[in-house]
Amino acid sequence: MDDPLTIAGQAFSSRLIMGTGGASSMEALERALVASGAELATVALRRTSPDARGSVLDVLRRVGCKLLPNTAGCFTARDAVRTARLAREAFETDWIKLEVIGDDRILLPDGAGLLDAAETLVDDGFTVLAYSNDDPILARQLQGLGCAAVMPLGSPIGSGMGIRNPYNLRIILEHATVPIVLDAGIGTASDAAVAMELGCDAVLLASAVTRAREPALMAEAMRKAVEAGRLAHLAGRIPRRLYAEASSSFEGLADLSAPLPEPDGR
Amino acid sequence: MTVLVNGVPTELDPGATVAAALGVAGHTPTATGIAVALNGEVVPKGAWTTTTLGEQDRVEVLGAAQGG
Repeated sequence: MDDPLTIAGQAFSSRLIMGTGGASSMEALERALVASGAELATVALRRTSPDARGSVLDVLRRVGCKLLPNTAGCFTARDAVRTARLAREAFETDWIKLEVIGDDRILLPDGAGLLDAAETLVDDGFTVLAYSNDDPILARQLQGLGCAAVMPLGSPIGSGMGIRNPYNLRIILEHATVPIVLDAGIGTASDAAVAMELGCDAVLLASAVTRAREPALMAEAMRKAVEAGRLAHLAGRIPRRLYAEASSSFEGLADLSAPLPEPDGR
Repeated sequence: MTVLVNGVPTELDPGATVAAALGVAGHTPTATGIAVALNGEVVPKGAWTTTTLGEQDRVEVLGAAQGG
């Protein structure tokens, strides 16, 4: 079925976006990316090391993934904006996964810093995919500022706790005018399926795959879960009911009651 | 003069450019996939060989790493 994800006018056939953090090696990362079928993958910007062995850029090029630089590790709008500008210079893309983190233990976004940085970067011509809290007001403000996608968390980064507030997510989705990408908190395949069933346009995950015992196997599971969840969303689930509703009709049911006993008792 | 290249105090000749600091970090001025910040601000690729450094300048040489 032709059902592309479109962000800022660019179409992707995969609705799974991969983070590249947490992999034990470049080889393991490459195998996982291939198995995931992802066409978009995030990278961080860090000091180069003269003795670095292989580059994540080479891996992404080989597997045919578009690069999505992030501002991970930035705790202020100023640092996030500077990091985005450096990423644009390094990777020749104006796409940025914007993260402004409020606290290094819970890694939840700093809403005020996020809005400040988003406004500056959109004005500067960036295609901003904003990593957000699962807050309908913040999500609305981010899309109002011109972000190309809003990416609410399911639960804290790397926690594997899944989607803790599906009701907030439903409200975000009802008011969405840009793609909504569930980002962070996915633990296993069913979490990704739930996100897609709820109506998210895509799922972004890293740790659930890269830190799984068998990353490539989990990547394949995620690919299938995202596809299954998307199809289920499009198909429309049945309502939940407290009582049963028979799927076989009672009409035409045979009369199989026991015969009445004969009058002489035989 | 002393400049900080990726946090490491480094002796460079007076009048050295960003390109010299890149050399210290193991890159040529034609390197791709990297970016340079001088005291927090981006130095565009086209200005690496012409931007001169001063005492105690902070040069950050950045590239892609696994993340996010």
